[in-house]
Amino acid sequence: MKLFEYMAKEIFRRHGLPVPDGYVVESADGIKDVKNPVVVKSQVLIGGRGKAGGIKFAENTDEAREHAAALLGSDVRGYTVKHILIEDKLDIKDEFYISVMIDRSTRMPLLIASADGGVEIESVPEDRIFKRSIDPTIGYNPYIGREMTKFMGLTGDVAKQVSFVAGKMYEILRSEDAELVEINPLVLTGDGKVMAADGKMTINDDSLFRHPEYKGHDEELTPIERKARERGIAFVQLDGDIGVIANGAGLTMATLDSLSLHGGKAGVFLDLGGTDSPEMVKSAFELMMEAKPKVVFINIFGGITKSDTVATGLKEALGSMEVNVPIVARIKGVNEEAAIEILSSVGITAVSSLAEAAEIAVRRRNEAAGGD
Amino acid sequence: MAIIVDEGTKLIVQGITGHQGQYHTGAMKEFGTNVVGGVTPGKGGMKVLGVPVFDTMREAVSATGANASIIYVPARFLKDAAFEAIDSGVKTVVIITEHVPVHDAMEILAFSQRKGVRVIGPNCPGIASPGKAKVGIMPNSIFMEGDTGVVSRSGTLTYEIVNSLTEAGIGQSTAVGIGGDPIIGTTFIDALRLFQDDPQTKRIVMVGEIGGTAEEEAAEFIKEYVTKPVYSYIAGRTAPPGKRMGHAGAIIARGRGTAESKIKALESVGVKVAKVPVEIADLIKKDLSQ
Repeated sequence: MKLFEYMAKEIFRRHGLPVPDGYVVESADGIKDVKNPVVVKSQVLIGGRGKAGGIKFAENTDEAREHAAALLGSDVRGYTVKHILIEDKLDIKDEFYISVMIDRSTRMPLLIASADGGVEIESVPEDRIFKRSIDPTIGYNPYIGREMTKFMGLTGDVAKQVSFVAGKMYEILRSEDAELVEINPLVLTGDGKVMAADGKMTINDDSLFRHPEYKGHDEELTPIERKARERGIAFVQLDGDIGVIANGAGLTMATLDSLSLHGGKAGVFLDLGGTDSPEMVKSAFELMMEAKPKVVFINIFGGITKSDTVATGLKEALGSMEVNVPIVARIKGVNEEAAIEILSSVGITAVSSLAEAAEIAVRRRNEAAGGD
Repeated sequence: MAIIVDEGTKLIVQGITGHQGQYHTGAMKEFGTNVVGGVTPGKGGMKVLGVPVFDTMREAVSATGANASIIYVPARFLKDAAFEAIDSGVKTVVIITEHVPVHDAMEILAFSQRKGVRVIGPNCPGIASPGKAKVGIMPNSIFMEGDTGVVSRSGTLTYEIVNSLTEAGIGQSTAVGIGGDPIIGTTFIDALRLFQDDPQTKRIVMVGEIGGTAEEEAAEFIKEYVTKPVYSYIAGRTAPPGKRMGHAGAIIARGRGTAESKIKALESVGVKVAKVPVEIADLIKKDLSQ
């Protein structure tokens, strides 16, 4: 789960990591009197907002309100702006990059730093980037900061401050269950202070049970995706029009791929996961119908999730709502005979080959679309 | 032979009195696994399907001489259960539990490395050596003993592929599901090394998916170390960037983790990559008939 900049900065502040003075507003009226120049920043969960016009500067109160009013409700790279962060404008002398993230390959936190901040880290040459894995059983120690700042060409008090920031970022990654903590740019001001001018954080979704503070956090999910998450169903909206329901993430992806080989395109990825409840299947099917697919393609390989459980849930769903799109089913595995019987009682013919089912689904989709 | 689990495996089921624990204890026994005990704190002294239940892993291991454990406990209690298993003296720990916090997984694996304990998972279907033992949740009926090793990041997709191998008359030495999380214990490389060194295994099937760079790293390793033929399928060719496709680890982020990159890396080291899962069986049959 990605956090807005203002949320990340609240966490930074709580941990004693220096950030500019600022506050967040949801309407232009919330803006206080501007005495010194401020920056007016759109809060969206996507990078590149500066280039997209999502960040403005203001010299006085009227200007700040004007910018905020224009930005609130506007679209920045596909995201609607609902919050604005107002911050003191920094006197920038230099800009650095620092991030700490969970690295899949080493299974350890990875510290990345560069003296070339304020630009996308992907555009910085490899030999200007410092990378250091941190053993989680030992944690961050000051020597890592000394290595890092030496690499960055920093000395004296600035090196000390930047090391301190890196240590705090590691502390935040670990104690806040984050997958990523990134500051770009980390700014050195004209009066020699090091401050986080920006802040990005991703909290690990599987850790949210110990973080009730994020309940209701507005993130980049569509309304149906949000509903699915509440019901424990993996649901992703895509840009095709065939709705795919399968059990298991790998199988669901393989189903999408099979459709594409036959010229079809999935509009929904719905992974039932492992379930033994027909109710859950029914609820998943209802969600699917909210996404208005042209065809629903059900692909079950029965194991933990038994084929007849899915068939029963589907039958219940069809009994309780009006469904006027074709349903194509491919059933294989545990209790497949029982499942096929249940499905045929509601007029659905199930096949056992994935390739055949994918071909039928694409044909039905083309019929339903009337050749568009 | 086979890898990791075999006739010598003596298994403890952690969370044996729960619904999943009980069901799979039965299924594993049917498969032929020697389940020697179970652990549920506070339920020591009970029996589940004739298997003695203990309060702690230490007790269970010292009473039974167990060398492996499988964990079914819910994610919020997993870290404790996994540490307990790693600290108990068993050599292999299979973690079925899904939605494990990533920092917990990291700590568990750091501890297992220090203790020299093999962890499979989390969020995996486990491991099965047909004719010998199963430590996992895969359906028994799909397997057939043979000489093909299977390693996969997926669960159901593995069943699909193993089933199609069996239907084609291609048996398996061992099938191991390493899990769909970003942070996992046993990796593709670990499994490839074991299969290469296992005399029973004549060829290897590797099932990958989008996200991370484990398949690319595996390709490097295959080039250096693996002489047996490797066949692969990569799920998610049509997955869009930035969307998490069901598994925590299945996400294309900052241009990394695409199916194209993985397929290219694998093909460049001579791995035959199937376009659909069942095509793997066809590719193997074709090679066998030559």
